[in-house]
Amino acid sequence: MKYSLLNLVRNAFSYHENWQEAWTNPGLKKEYDIIIVGGGGHGLGTAYYLAKQFGLKNIAVLEKGWIGGGNTGRNTTIIRSNYLWDESAALYNHAVNLWEGLSSELNYNVMFSQRGLFHLAHTVHDMQEITRRGYSNHLNGIDAEILNKEDVLKKIPFINGDGRYPIMGALLQRRGGTARHDAVAWGYARAAENLGVDIIQNCEVTGINITKGIVTGLETTRGSVKAKKVGLVPAGHSSVLANMAGFQLPINSVPLQALVSEPIKPVLDCVIMSNAVHVYVSQSDKGELVVGAGSDAYNSYSQRGSFDMIEHIMGPLVELFPIFSRLKMLRQWGGIVDVTPDRSPIIGKTPIENLFINCGWGTGGFKATPGSAHVFAETVATGEPSKIAAPFSIDRHYSGALVDEAAAAAVAH
Amino acid sequence: MINRNRLFSGGLIDRNILIKFKFNGKPLQGYQGDTLASALLANDIHLVGRSFKYHRPRGILTSGSEEPNALVQLGKGAETEPNARATEIELYDGLEASSQNCWPSVNHDIGALNNLFSRILPAGFYYKTFMWPPSMWMFYEYFIRRAAGLGEAPKEKNPSRYEQKFFYCDVTVVGAGVNGLTAALTAARAGASVLLVDEKPELGGYLLNAKSRINNLDTKKWIKDTVKELMALENVTVLNRTAATGYYDYNYVTALQKITNHLPNSLSKQPRERFWRIRSKEVILAQGAFERPLVFSGNDRPGIMMASSAQTYVNQYGVLPGNAVTLFTNNDHAYSVAVDLISKGAKVIIVDIRSNISEKIRKLCEQNKIETYISHAVIKTDGSKKISSITVQELSEDKQSFVGEAVTIGTDLLLMSGGWNPAVQLFSQSRGKLKYDDQISSFIPDVLVDNQAVIGSNNGDFNLKQSLMSSYEAGLGAAHRTGNKQEVENFINDANEPIEFITAEVVPYVLGSKPVTHGSKHFIDFQNDVTAADIFLAQREGYVSVEHTKRYTTTGMATDQGKTSNVNALALMSHIQQKPVGDVGHTTFRPPYVPQTFGAIAGRNVDQYFDPQRLTAIHEWHIDNGAVFEDVGQWKRPYFYPKKVETMTEAVNRECIAARASVGILDASTLGKIDIQGPDAAKFLNLIYTNAWSKLEIGACRYGLMCNEHGMVFDDGVTTRLGENHYHMTTTTGGAARVMSWLEEFLQTEWLDMKVYCTSVTEQWTVLSICGPNSRKLLASLTEDDISNEELPYMRMKEAKVCGVDARIFRISFTGELSFEINVSARYGRYVWDKVIEAGKKFNITPYGTETMHVLRAEKGFIIVGQDTDGSATPSDLNMDWIVSKKKEDFLGKRSFLRPDTAKNGRKQLVGLLINDKKTVVPEGSHIVEEVSKQPPMKMEGHITSSYFSPTLGHPIAMAMLKNGKARNGDLVKIPLMNGKVVEATVTENVFYDKAGARQND
Repeated sequence: MKYSLLNLVRNAFSYHENWQEAWTNPGLKKEYDIIIVGGGGHGLGTAYYLAKQFGLKNIAVLEKGWIGGGNTGRNTTIIRSNYLWDESAALYNHAVNLWEGLSSELNYNVMFSQRGLFHLAHTVHDMQEITRRGYSNHLNGIDAEILNKEDVLKKIPFINGDGRYPIMGALLQRRGGTARHDAVAWGYARAAENLGVDIIQNCEVTGINITKGIVTGLETTRGSVKAKKVGLVPAGHSSVLANMAGFQLPINSVPLQALVSEPIKPVLDCVIMSNAVHVYVSQSDKGELVVGAGSDAYNSYSQRGSFDMIEHIMGPLVELFPIFSRLKMLRQWGGIVDVTPDRSPIIGKTPIENLFINCGWGTGGFKATPGSAHVFAETVATGEPSKIAAPFSIDRHYSGALVDEAAAAAVAH
Repeated sequence: MINRNRLFSGGLIDRNILIKFKFNGKPLQGYQGDTLASALLANDIHLVGRSFKYHRPRGILTSGSEEPNALVQLGKGAETEPNARATEIELYDGLEASSQNCWPSVNHDIGALNNLFSRILPAGFYYKTFMWPPSMWMFYEYFIRRAAGLGEAPKEKNPSRYEQKFFYCDVTVVGAGVNGLTAALTAARAGASVLLVDEKPELGGYLLNAKSRINNLDTKKWIKDTVKELMALENVTVLNRTAATGYYDYNYVTALQKITNHLPNSLSKQPRERFWRIRSKEVILAQGAFERPLVFSGNDRPGIMMASSAQTYVNQYGVLPGNAVTLFTNNDHAYSVAVDLISKGAKVIIVDIRSNISEKIRKLCEQNKIETYISHAVIKTDGSKKISSITVQELSEDKQSFVGEAVTIGTDLLLMSGGWNPAVQLFSQSRGKLKYDDQISSFIPDVLVDNQAVIGSNNGDFNLKQSLMSSYEAGLGAAHRTGNKQEVENFINDANEPIEFITAEVVPYVLGSKPVTHGSKHFIDFQNDVTAADIFLAQREGYVSVEHTKRYTTTGMATDQGKTSNVNALALMSHIQQKPVGDVGHTTFRPPYVPQTFGAIAGRNVDQYFDPQRLTAIHEWHIDNGAVFEDVGQWKRPYFYPKKVETMTEAVNRECIAARASVGILDASTLGKIDIQGPDAAKFLNLIYTNAWSKLEIGACRYGLMCNEHGMVFDDGVTTRLGENHYHMTTTTGGAARVMSWLEEFLQTEWLDMKVYCTSVTEQWTVLSICGPNSRKLLASLTEDDISNEELPYMRMKEAKVCGVDARIFRISFTGELSFEINVSARYGRYVWDKVIEAGKKFNITPYGTETMHVLRAEKGFIIVGQDTDGSATPSDLNMDWIVSKKKEDFLGKRSFLRPDTAKNGRKQLVGLLINDKKTVVPEGSHIVEEVSKQPPMKMEGHITSSYFSPTLGHPIAMAMLKNGKARNGDLVKIPLMNGKVVEATVTENVFYDKAGARQND
């Protein structure tokens, strides 16, 4: 049943007892043409585009726990595309373009809200960085405005412009913003299942079957399954899966934390990021301030970071917004991020034939969800990397053709 | 009696101290010892706030930190606090609070319209609508955002101060109810150092209010004696008003203590709150349990309260919240509440959902003349701002239908008791595993993590005597395991409660006058307005995982984090999914246990202590001489020194010209300095830098580049050999800490056999950099040592006395001028600086800042790492192949130079640019494009890294990273600016001035 105001009203008369399942829980079949491992936004989206764009049938998404339970449901929901390098800009802007039509495309309101995203500059070096990135974005056709201090103070009430590191300016991307993270997984799942994709929850992959260098299927906690092609999209555990297939990834997995305040009436209408003061914050539609903390210094698969990372975000938060000091932290949590040496993802083929991988999104994967899913679907469907995905092949870690966003000081969140 | 609902006697309040306060602007009175909630109830005020989604009128449900409804905006102005729980606010003179999430007032709230439309606003309605037209989402969202949120943030800076404390002890006991007290006292008597924390002002927990007995003493008396003994023991720290908020790995517990925020003048010298970080060898959790609401139709009106909370209001605060009381229950324990209320003059009716009650309970009802409706349910409630009546009806044997007629009963206070849920939040945070217990119908601790214990009702143990015995054992065990072996006699002889809590069957929902999913509001999560119908909808739509149900319906996501709602939601899911609650599972309990002030977590790391400012020994002089500062890392560096009416450009031009014409002086103290010693120091430098270091003579200086593993330049600087095994390394100002970590990382993780020791000495030295044609003359006037070109040539260091102070003079230059970097001990820095300035007057010595330094070095084509490089440039890309050793076997980055992409031709390479119009200074960060078109996108082929007006040359200069730059000398390139203008420039070498280097080498 189509989601619309009309149907909402219509269903109100039958006490909402006629809504269908958004997705079901089918049994695992013996064989699929394509299996996507990982039921987060990227994995579910890949399955959706494989079915929608390439008309493929007989696809399954295997999820260890519940869909959207990994980083899709744990991030700070920030979306932007103002990356420095052309390769990144193309990838993330592809995502933003898809975000803009995603609610309609999926008939599921993912609440993509382009409330504008400010990268604050606090030093001369910051100004050089945002100017360079702003110019690069502008010439790549990505909206970018370089603001001075007065503009920033006018646009962001209550911000402290004269703290330890006074605000000198900001890079504004108006098309940036936030979305409802859970809805992205759920929307893709519902739309994918409508196109015949099997979504198998509580199904952990325990082995990858390979014959003569070609993937043939998977071992799972729900039995063996054959597959002609397999796409791995298991953020947080990419190295574990790669290990099962007998190859290694240049990835470190570390806990990354975030927190929300109690809900309050609207006080912050945009997304704020500051590298120098080191804080990023926005306010959700529910009214909670959503605050990102840093990642732990030590590798771990535990979805819980150390508390000092939370402590370290509070000074900066209160420094930038002294009015937040009396507000209260409601919840804090952690997820595991797979970090590559150049902070850019790995999308493409693996040493195993018909086994593809999409991983290494580090601290900034959510924003890319539709773009990542879309280019990975093309890669899996055609067997060759899509044009946008090509620079992100694993080979760059051998060739040296890195897409080093971290080095460019536009550290991704 | 000043308060309508106040009893004449009883309770722990002090009736001699009258307290005036305001609620929603109305002046009211209470007593010392009241909470805002008890004082409001005493004044017969039940309508306190509005719910999140439907804006339904809400009252006071509980008497503790689990309160979902009675949230208020506390205080005014800069000191206002949103979402404060009325049940936890201690009353103080002058307190002002108001209802939130309502407009214009809590009595007449426009938002209540949502309640009328609730039929079309089920769980997750927003996922199904607001999608057409797509462009309108943010318009809809504007109104959604304004309707959401609860209280309001302050609009001014928080004036309060917060402190933090680290604490270490043998045993931490969380919760000072009778079980916590028993465990703490036992451990303390055994000799352990004990910390006891409790979130309430008064210790004793729930049994402060009940008619139980311990060792034949009234519990209140026993509590008093026990607390007295604990307080007197030196090895015990007792913290009241302190909520344990987080429980992390290795028994790390965080806690938030209220210091002054319950006092009238919170701006006293004391902090508002203190944040405790506690590491103890053993943790004993004794947090008790929360009474569970019953899920029935209309269970959310003001005047509906948890039974045990009513008992607390009566016994602890001397407040009888209603006179015509109905108690709705499914367990025996609640009957004791009825007895208490009757003894204070209330009329009580009991509606019990169970088919039978025991003979003992029946007799109790008879004795107390309690009217009972057994096997009945409350099927409806009425009353718009406060409950006025209820409707009850008899249930069939299987509870699936009604028998008999519905009866409407006038009532002004409806109490409910659905059993008890152990407060397992902290235990679960510690990663202890839970299991579902069928007898009490709730989750209890199952598998402990190391070195912890859970006791009393927190452990699902509701038998008073047994639990006290276990608490004694737990206290003793913890003490013994921490090496405190003193014998402690068991001091619990006997204990009993009038009616023990033994069992309660969780009721997924109580039949109502309308079917549960047909518009009847059976609330599960009160604050977020999640009803039983919402849980049904979520299951129907496939959101069957507990996490999906939680996220889809928002149950358990309110500020109480589901303390009253979680188990009811799980029971209903279990009912719908037809599987045991234990198999449904539970969501992850996330810290903090109660919301925790941001400012307290930040502690003193705010304002001037947010991030340390690093100042050089010359800083005061810079201020006195009008410097404008820039932040470089944590350092404050003079940016330029404007004279009275000078602009920045004018000042920089003047400084540049002066430095080239006579003498300039720069405070270069911020440069990173690392002292490197050890027999393997040369070998170490050979691996760290790209060039060769083995043959560097003692007293000689050499410039070096450091590359990361990818072969990309990441820092640079001059390193000098001071002795056989002794080097002095300099780094960039901003990169000093990063380089130090880099060196240590390799020494500690890769090259373990190397004998090299690195010490940061940045702040030990003041560095005065003097440059310009007269700099030698100036220095010669300050030292008796020979500093001639023969004795101290370019790239050499000499130890000498300058102004009578021991100094190292480095003949190095970042400006291209004859230049000396004079290093003296920081304690003499200002002295020497003043002397140099004094002596320099005759040479018109001119202090210059970082901007002038940047211009001077750019004229010479020297790079700044981090400005001209961005982590993607190799030494070769920077035209510095000469600094990469071809002979060395290995160094960091070498391997990567061979990678195909790194070795290829045509990479982005450093070039100089001359702007053709000789006027425009292009912005640093602007880009060179292959072809200019009217609109982006345009293909980029490079970007401007440095750009200045060169006063020496009289025209602008720039440096850029340009694709295949090395081969493009003389090419015309185009730089489109954001304002539409296109700047044309010619590619040139990146050295603009004194290419031969005669000035610096002379």
